[in-house]
Amino acid sequence: MNYQFEFGWLFEYYPQIVKGIAITIQLIAVGAVAGISLGIVCAWVRALGPAWAKPVVAAYVELIRNTPFLIQLFFIFFGLPSLGLQLSELQAANLAMVVNLGAYSSEIIRAGIQATPKGQFEAGSSLAMTPFEIFRHVVLVPSLQRIWPALSSQVVIVMLGSAVVSQIAAEDLTFAANFIQSRTFRAFEAYMVSTAVYLLLAILLRQVLGMVGWLIFPRRAAR
Amino acid sequence: MIEFTIWDILRNLLLATRWTIALSLVSFIGGGLVGLALLFLRISRRKWARAVAKYYIELFQGTPLLMQLFIAFFGLGLFGIDVPAWLAAGVALILWSAAFLGEIWRGCVEAIAKGQWEASASLGMGRLQQMRYVILPQAMRIAVPPTVGFSVQVIKGTALTSIIGFVELSKAGTVVTNATFQPFTVYGLVALIYFALCWPLSKSSQILERKLNVAHRNH
Repeated sequence: MNYQFEFGWLFEYYPQIVKGIAITIQLIAVGAVAGISLGIVCAWVRALGPAWAKPVVAAYVELIRNTPFLIQLFFIFFGLPSLGLQLSELQAANLAMVVNLGAYSSEIIRAGIQATPKGQFEAGSSLAMTPFEIFRHVVLVPSLQRIWPALSSQVVIVMLGSAVVSQIAAEDLTFAANFIQSRTFRAFEAYMVSTAVYLLLAILLRQVLGMVGWLIFPRRAAR
Repeated sequence: MIEFTIWDILRNLLLATRWTIALSLVSFIGGGLVGLALLFLRISRRKWARAVAKYYIELFQGTPLLMQLFIAFFGLGLFGIDVPAWLAAGVALILWSAAFLGEIWRGCVEAIAKGQWEASASLGMGRLQQMRYVILPQAMRIAVPPTVGFSVQVIKGTALTSIIGFVELSKAGTVVTNATFQPFTVYGLVALIYFALCWPLSKSSQILERKLNVAHRNH
């Protein structure tokens, strides 16, 4: 192997990389907040919601969980305009991530809701709470706390999956790497650097989610 | 302009599905073999072996599969090998699956009660004998549902190989779209074919989990 590694291009192209990192972070921030919210709604429907809505949500969850993210993205970006819904690259990428995380997180959150002891529901209704009030004030937070580690890993997985949005020309970190390799022909170095950045982002995101969990959940002795 | 019927589109997509299935099988089987090696490293008594497996898994689970594909595609070329897309796709997917399978199986081995290790050690079994006759047969029962579940991730992962130019179902979807200008129909059909491949596996994973769990609780 007589290949000379060359990282001099970093000085010229670091603005692209920084911009790419910013867009990747924006994508996962929107995706996580909106996706988990959607997941909570879907989990509520499947566990406690109206009977007519359950099969609808179940079909959505199964459909998303059993098709690749890339195809969901292509369908939203290339397919939906024929129904009259034209989205920009970033909007399509954001929508795809929310829809994707919504399906996965709803399954995780549902598991948390189902692990709630029956006595909690009974205690709530003995205080004359409505089913929605029981869900909101009694069930939701402990359920989320129970499954927070699993939910955090899923968010990290979706963040890593977001590398694919470069394929519809959303200018994320992978897009920057593709751009640099097409300009400098330093493919291996460009992808090495961006892979290292992704690894750092994944580690950082895990820490941030751990802190969020520490902040929003009541800290008492483990049950 | 040539008119394309749904059947024309579907036939071409189904022909490409063969490659998705072939690549999935290669990745899953190859990943299983490498994953088994990782499992042995991960539960080894030697500290360095555990560390190697730990960092390997951390690296492959902490970076995008797409980047691993790019690096396999462009990186293998540095060694003077002319890398066809299928080779890069196969290598990257095998190494990626191995990281996940190794970690899944480690969880299953660690779920076996410590007394089983101690009992087999007291019968004078060596480390390999313990694994072969006592631990693995029990761990395998627990491992089946999550392993089947992970095979769905492998099938979905093969979609990314279209980006480095391997012609499978997703790439065929793009090619057919460029010919027919019907992205809604084509990507809809592609999604349905993936669903038809993945959903039976997801469902059987759930059913197996329920079945094996009951059996597990009873003894």
